[in-house]
Amino acid sequence: MSTNRPQTVSSIESALIRLGIAGIFLFEATLTIVLPPYSLKSLIKQIAFIGARSLLVIVVAGLFVGMVIALQFYDTLVRFGSVSLLGSAVGLSLIRELGPVLTALMVIGRSGSAMCAEIGIMRVDNQIDALECMAIDPYRYLFAPRILAGIICVPILTAIFILVGIFGGYFVGVVLFDVSPGSYFQGMSDTVLNRDLFMGFSKSLVFGLLIVWIACDKGFNLHLDKYGAYGSEGVSRITTEAVVLSSMAVLFSDYLLSALIL
Amino acid sequence: MIDQNIKNVIEVKGLDTWYGSKQILSNISLHVERKEIMVIMGHSGSGKSTLLRHMIGLNNPASGSIKLLGKEVTDLNRNGLYELRKHIGVAFQNGALFSSMTLQENVELPLHEHTKLDHNTIRIMSRLKLELMNLSDSEDLMPAELSGGMLKRAGLARAVIMDPEILFFDEPSAGLDPVTSAELDELILQLRDALNMTVIVVTHELESAFKIADRITVIDNGQQIITGDKETIKRSKDPRIISMLERRAMHDNINADDYLNKLTRN
Repeated sequence: MSTNRPQTVSSIESALIRLGIAGIFLFEATLTIVLPPYSLKSLIKQIAFIGARSLLVIVVAGLFVGMVIALQFYDTLVRFGSVSLLGSAVGLSLIRELGPVLTALMVIGRSGSAMCAEIGIMRVDNQIDALECMAIDPYRYLFAPRILAGIICVPILTAIFILVGIFGGYFVGVVLFDVSPGSYFQGMSDTVLNRDLFMGFSKSLVFGLLIVWIACDKGFNLHLDKYGAYGSEGVSRITTEAVVLSSMAVLFSDYLLSALIL
Repeated sequence: MIDQNIKNVIEVKGLDTWYGSKQILSNISLHVERKEIMVIMGHSGSGKSTLLRHMIGLNNPASGSIKLLGKEVTDLNRNGLYELRKHIGVAFQNGALFSSMTLQENVELPLHEHTKLDHNTIRIMSRLKLELMNLSDSEDLMPAELSGGMLKRAGLARAVIMDPEILFFDEPSAGLDPVTSAELDELILQLRDALNMTVIVVTHELESAFKIADRITVIDNGQQIITGDKETIKRSKDPRIISMLERRAMHDNINADDYLNKLTRN
């Protein structure tokens, strides 16, 4: 909503104001998630969009990532004569880092961008104003189910990614390079601690929130950004920005969370 | 609660609004009585759509008061505003239909969100409104499959589905052929007579305005020039009104130096 008062602000001030607006956006959306009424139907629709339809991409990506890190680790470990560590290396790197981060990046590319563009078009086409005029809270109607679906789906997709990745690594290590299957799985279950699982899970939870938050906020507040008056070009620019920004946010918070938990 | 017997359903006093450092509306004051059709006229960029957005609480004014059904819009929090908006309907210029839903789903959405009626009742109610708008054959089409006139009528059907007390209509005839535009005017009159609605129409179409209006407000460059019934407007001696009625272009006296500066400015 425009303030409609004559004012001049510096770019730092306007960046802070924008950050504040994004914060208010998250606060309002969280309120509608917590307070009734709840709409199970739209939540399921969003889970299908973010989760179910990303499944194939995640499975394929997980498989190849698992295979390639097994290949790289095998080549390194064989020089030290310690290929028995392959299972631990693949398991730890997938669970702690690659699983959450790569799943998040895939979800940004597939669902985050689509979500931002959809909401942005709704803003440009007055559909969000129409919602407001019909006394339908856009936070409740549009954003609560999306944010909730993000928090639910990204950890599940991450778990699937990791699982498929471990079997991809198994295929390369055990089937192609004759590492013993016992040492692959035993090594993994010996070295992977609950703390590692917690790290992977908490990362994916935070990433899920960040992705949907940034995508929805960028689209919803399109009119406040400098491309607000650009119409469809504004939507495309804002979508690019949302993808870049959420990728950055994922990688930055990845470091932050690793540093906090380790 | 909304007072059902209130006489002036809309009261605007001393409304000022800015966009950045540019003043869009200055000192607008008007009221609209129950069951009245008020037309807000002005050419493109005059601030008439902005006035409409302020009346429905989509924008906040810099100063001034806007009372809708007796409630001060500028003082309401979000929930209060939503409660008030259940009594109004807004038809947007381009329809603003949700592009991922069929026409019928669009029209039914407010009923699903705000009432506990069963599915069949909602369907009957939406068909009644679509029938009224001559759209009953198109209920399963997506908005992208509709023509401009159909989009406007669909937007109107959605706006009146809850039987609002006040209907706001932004540019009903913009971009339509004269026949379709005349049909929409008829519809607006019907809605007022059959459903007892108060109607606020924003338009730049002279013919349409004089056909439907009980009273007209003319806005030019954010200034309220005149508010009155059709006769008052026709008798007005204001040169801006006369040029509007005679569809003459306004020619300002241009200073040669100013004009040159304007062309060569960086």
